[in-house]
Amino acid sequence: MPRHVIRHGQVIGDIWQVLVPREGESPATAALPEGPLAVSLDVWKARREELLARSSPVGVRLEPADDPAQIAGDLPRLALVAVNFPKLADGRGYSTGYLLRRRYGYRGELRAVGDVLRDQLFYLARSGFDAFQLREGADAHAALPSLRDFSEAYQSAGDARAPHFRRRAAPAGAAS
Amino acid sequence: MYRYDAIDRSLVAERVAQFRDQTRRHLAGELSEDDFRPLRLQNGLYVQRHSPMLRIAIPYGLLSSAQLRKLARIARVYDRGYGHFTTRQNLQYNWPRLAQAPEILAELAEVGMHAIQTSGNCIRNITTDHFAGVAPDEHVDPRALAEILRQWSTFHPEFAYLPRKFKIALSGAATDRAATLLHDIGLYALKNAEGELGLRVIVGGGMGRTPIIGHVVREFLPWRDMLTYLEAILRVYNRHGRRDNLYKSRIKILVKALGVDAFRAQVEAEWEHLRGTESTLTDGELARVSAHFAPPSYEPPGDEDQALAFQLAADRAFERWFRRNVHPHRQPGYRAVTLSLKKTGVPPGDVTADQMDLVADLADRHSFGELRVSHEQNLILADVRERDLLALWRRAREAGLATPNVGLLTNIVCCPGGDFCALANAKSIPVAEAIQRRFDDLDYLHDIGELDLNISGCMNSCGHHHIGHIGILGVDKNGSEWYQVSIGGEQGINAALGEVIGPSFAAAEMPGVVEGLVEAYLAHRTGDERFVDTVHRIGIAPFKARVYGEKREAAHA
Ligand code: SF4
Repeated sequence: MPRHVIRHGQVIGDIWQVLVPREGESPATAALPEGPLAVSLDVWKARREELLARSSPVGVRLEPADDPAQIAGDLPRLALVAVNFPKLADGRGYSTGYLLRRRYGYRGELRAVGDVLRDQLFYLARSGFDAFQLREGADAHAALPSLRDFSEAYQSAGDARAPHFRRRAAPAGAAS
Repeated sequence: MYRYDAIDRSLVAERVAQFRDQTRRHLAGELSEDDFRPLRLQNGLYVQRHSPMLRIAIPYGLLSSAQLRKLARIARVYDRGYGHFTTRQNLQYNWPRLAQAPEILAELAEVGMHAIQTSGNCIRNITTDHFAGVAPDEHVDPRALAEILRQWSTFHPEFAYLPRKFKIALSGAATDRAATLLHDIGLYALKNAEGELGLRVIVGGGMGRTPIIGHVVREFLPWRDMLTYLEAILRVYNRHGRRDNLYKSRIKILVKALGVDAFRAQVEAEWEHLRGTESTLTDGELARVSAHFAPPSYEPPGDEDQALAFQLAADRAFERWFRRNVHPHRQPGYRAVTLSLKKTGVPPGDVTADQMDLVADLADRHSFGELRVSHEQNLILADVRERDLLALWRRAREAGLATPNVGLLTNIVCCPGGDFCALANAKSIPVAEAIQRRFDDLDYLHDIGELDLNISGCMNSCGHHHIGHIGILGVDKNGSEWYQVSIGGEQGINAALGEVIGPSFAAAEMPGVVEGLVEAYLAHRTGDERFVDTVHRIGIAPFKARVYGEKREAAHA
């Protein structure tokens, strides 16, 4: 069965393969499959040139503890950054999303993967994610309405919407 | 007080719809308990000993009479006719049914209330001074900033799955009634030499298993930078706080592990990216929110001072209540009044639906239709005319809300403990009651003077035992319930953590232990020194000797 992802509010087929070296496998020598490929940060660091020389799109998959600053300079060449949520309650990836979008200016596909369920989608989207690969077995179509759980937001976040107090009808006062 | 506008209303309504659907999916078996747990917690719903517990948010402790009537109605219809006010200025229902929780939230939404982020590993309800806006010792009214923080923290997408819960308190008075030194972040509002408003930022305080007084991370933060600076702190914590060990996951542990200077450097480095960006507050926004907290239309002072003096002289009971439960006010002719929820025999902080309705009436009649919840689990009418005090007192007394014990030993701060809470090591309510009964002589109680007694049923410290002048902590020893006693804790600007006096006691011993501590104090006090001052002056040894000396004698007798 082809895997599905939610991207820009629609369910689509997933074209990406992921390479995360197995236990004992060296990032420097692991085989790189053909086609669009996202790799773990250690593989990226070991094989950056090789990966960039391929004709197919490349991406990086970050773990919660990975510092996105490490790929900041490469972002214009990455077609995908996936952020893994090994456990739903581990919220570090939300900050990763914020940093990629707002601090490092990443414009490509930012995908939440791992233990991701529909009830997290709204916050993930506000943190800058535009793609979601739900936990194995979860129904992506049923999840779509959750992206619209709230029509408004008070604060600014990874999605770069201005805080509500700056969007009020009559803006009084200015930023210091 | 703050009145909801269209965005507040739509967000709360959308939250009800969201949670209704989540609850439905959970009950239909589509959402497992593990996946549902963080969602229900962020809607205030715990699973406790007997049933779920629902914690309703009361942002910075402020309520309207209409909201209180709604809480009374919910207590009647969905619960057992009462509620419990907590040390975080919230209200808990102990007996709701899970399937009805969405209904309850829908009813709350009608009066601009909710249970958002009252639990879970997110930014919790903001707390502040229960005398905000009326206290004579206040230099900055913290309520507008508290409301701005409420909005900023509500549904903050990046900080909903933090390593652990996150509590923020705000105060702007000489006496820190919001315990800013004992929160994940404490903000102490002040003005600098130029008269500009700013905040002292205190990080990493807290009670719990590892009680720590917070560290000043910034002495003066201009108020416009409040949100960007908090964002920097939260981002550092979210990324680097420990997630591997529940007991080491609060921000205080991160601050301790890094050292406050390294922590500050990380925060400041993060903030460099954020300062001056669009989250920087504007004069317009502060003015807009502050307008909601404009003083009510006070009447000019009349000749009631004399009438009050006469009334006080004529009635000893009224005078006693006035002395303990009535507080100074910055507006001449007005006072703030504490309605005590600490009547002996009633679990501290509990209030019946009928009492809630009565307090709502009293608020309408005497205090511009508003009231506050204090972190000492009492209710406050903040704007009462002096000439109304006697009438107010009579009605409050009939309803059991006029126990004249604010600041005294029987004003016990107490968590629900083992009677309700699944995490408890020991019961706390019966111990509170036994102590209250031992000190039921009002003259003696008043002679003892100011004494904060706090009880927590476990290390989570919901009863704030670390800062009680006498703190009592439920501990588990081989499956039975024991109580560890500490003394010398204190809240406020000089916050101090209590020191454990020695081995723990059985429940039945506790009234005697407290009595021993009080007797030791009375034997050593000089002038009008408070209990806690005596402890700080002479140390814990004389208290120890009194309590354990007696205990040994009793054992040998
Ligand atoms: S202190 Fe412990 S027993 Fe008391 S309410 Fe908190 S978690 Fe429960």
